[in-house]
Amino acid sequence: MKTSYREALRLALREALIADPRVFLMGEDVGRYGGTYAVSKGLLDEFGPERIRDTPLSELGFVGAGVGAALGGLRPIVEVMTVNFSLLALDQIVNSAALLRHMSGGQFSVPLVLRMATGAGRQLAAQHSHSLENWYAHIPGIRVLAPATIADARGMLAPALADPDPVVIFEHAQLYNLEGELPASPDGWACDIAHAAVRREGSQATLITYGGCLPKALQAAEQLAADGIEVEVLDLRVLRPLDTDAIAASLAKTHRAVVVDEGWKSGSLAAEVVARIVERCFYDLDAPPLRVCSAEVPIPYAKHMEAAALPQPERIAAAVREVLGV
Amino acid sequence: MFEFKLPSLGADMDEGKLLQWLVKPGDRVHKGQVLAIVDTAKAAVDVEIWQAGVVRELLVAPETTIPVGTVLATLDELGETAAAVPSVGAMPPAGRLRISPAARRRAEALGIDPATVPGSGEGGAITLADVERAAGRPQSVTPPPAPVPRPPVAASPDRNAEMRRAIAAAMSRSKREIPHYYLFETIPLARAQAWLTAANAGRPISERLLLAALQLKAVALALAKYPELNGFFVDGRYQPSTAVHLGVAISLRQGGLIAPALRDADSKPLAQLMRELADLVGRARAGSLRSSELNEATVTVTNLGEQGVEAVAGVIYPPQVALVGFGAVAERPWVEDGTLGVAPTVVASLAADHRVSDGHRGALFLAELRARLQHPDEL
Repeated sequence: MKTSYREALRLALREALIADPRVFLMGEDVGRYGGTYAVSKGLLDEFGPERIRDTPLSELGFVGAGVGAALGGLRPIVEVMTVNFSLLALDQIVNSAALLRHMSGGQFSVPLVLRMATGAGRQLAAQHSHSLENWYAHIPGIRVLAPATIADARGMLAPALADPDPVVIFEHAQLYNLEGELPASPDGWACDIAHAAVRREGSQATLITYGGCLPKALQAAEQLAADGIEVEVLDLRVLRPLDTDAIAASLAKTHRAVVVDEGWKSGSLAAEVVARIVERCFYDLDAPPLRVCSAEVPIPYAKHMEAAALPQPERIAAAVREVLGV
Repeated sequence: MFEFKLPSLGADMDEGKLLQWLVKPGDRVHKGQVLAIVDTAKAAVDVEIWQAGVVRELLVAPETTIPVGTVLATLDELGETAAAVPSVGAMPPAGRLRISPAARRRAEALGIDPATVPGSGEGGAITLADVERAAGRPQSVTPPPAPVPRPPVAASPDRNAEMRRAIAAAMSRSKREIPHYYLFETIPLARAQAWLTAANAGRPISERLLLAALQLKAVALALAKYPELNGFFVDGRYQPSTAVHLGVAISLRQGGLIAPALRDADSKPLAQLMRELADLVGRARAGSLRSSELNEATVTVTNLGEQGVEAVAGVIYPPQVALVGFGAVAERPWVEDGTLGVAPTVVASLAADHRVSDGHRGALFLAELRARLQHPDEL
């Protein structure tokens, strides 16, 4: 079935709402407006205002309400418009949701699913365009997911809801319009939320990426293949806890790595991945690992400047050539 | 500030190719430290510096061929502060072997010495592919660009031709410029051999002395007494040397000849001389001699005993003024104290520069050499 990433997310939401009466969706504009990115369009009509709830413009308030609902036995899905705004709710996420299991000595858990858009590329200027996934990936107590494919958009919500602890799902704003084939049977998209996935096999270098950079990495791999350079593309999918085994397995094969991350290089998730490569795979390395990240500036509004600030397939391919010394 | 120049590493050398820097700007160096590896027609040589300092700037890039006397680098004297330490530019940081961890592990698994593998990576780093290429294995990745050559260990046909040319130039010059005279003396070795047998009886095999060590020591001691045979004839003038650095002619397996110096051979105990001789032969054949060993010999000794010739009338290696030769040790009829007997003997020869010495002095030298070898316990 041909579908879009947005549609795949909606299918997953619908399925969850039908499957479990404890599940409800809340967030700014998720009801009457159908969601800022039109993911929840039509759900209000189908499930009613009890389960598709519009909230006031108060991230701290409604995320906190979500934490409370989860503690009270519900299965809330809270949508925060973009990761930039989620900083207003950081206290609820970091100090409440992530810590409660630990601080209650295991008596309480917070089965909360937080969805938020991230990333740039749609000319939404700095306050709507940043990639702060690594801030969340830093926090023990939460699981951080980044579906990069239509199948993962379809398949990740169910296991996230089944997780008894808080799960943050990052949807890259540039992926919503991505179209492709979604397998008809759940076998084609059902997934665990623990492992990375090899999206393209290759032997000479590994491109390690996630979310919105995956299509760019695949394009770069395609360009390189035209020149006879076979690159493996590893989609991290789970940003916390990182699947270090998958990274090590690929490096044992290719010996060279380029990490692609839309975050800024300093203190980035890419930095963490490189650190793990060096710690774990040092003796497999045949060249220093490289990173392709965003320019260390607030993401610009102007289209050409925005494009210049972000990782692009050409820059990724150039970095691969650099680690290969060709 | 002072300069580090390419020294002449022998009369036959007028240029060399810088292969590798072993220091980088900012490095503190001590007297006698090897700073660079330079390829001459004969061998890759470790070039030392004779003044301590701090490297300011490397002026010559690897793989450049430069004439003798070229300033290779500038250095600051200790305590002197450089205005600014310039960057090395494209010069790879030297000293430690640049090799990727994966390549190092693979080389270990394949039993390859990574130092012998040409590196094609950034700054000449050795990669997995380089190691696999060196092992003659199919590569799993695309071939990188042409490798940067390193000091070759085995001689190539090219190197043999060059060495032949270098020897030809030096020996032609010698025969053209130096009026040689030749003297021969048969030296009985019964005492020396008996002493050696006794001395070696108590030693492990690895520490046994060879007759060659006795001969070298005797030559060095005799030369100390006849300085007209030990030094250099340069610019129409003889400059005797107070130190005796014996050039030891070593034939290389792939052909050719090299005569690195055993420094201060007259003052070293036999055991040490033996160790240094073995080390010198080993390194000459492995191609890792130091510059001081190549340009400091004050006289050369050639020993053709192993080949079984009776005597050798040698060609002096300019600008030296003498060459001492030994033939094979053989049992010969020998008269001692009016009695004819059979004794082990060797024919020692002297080729000397007539501009500096006369046959009379040469004869006295050979007599001294003979006398020295009769008292092996005093060597």
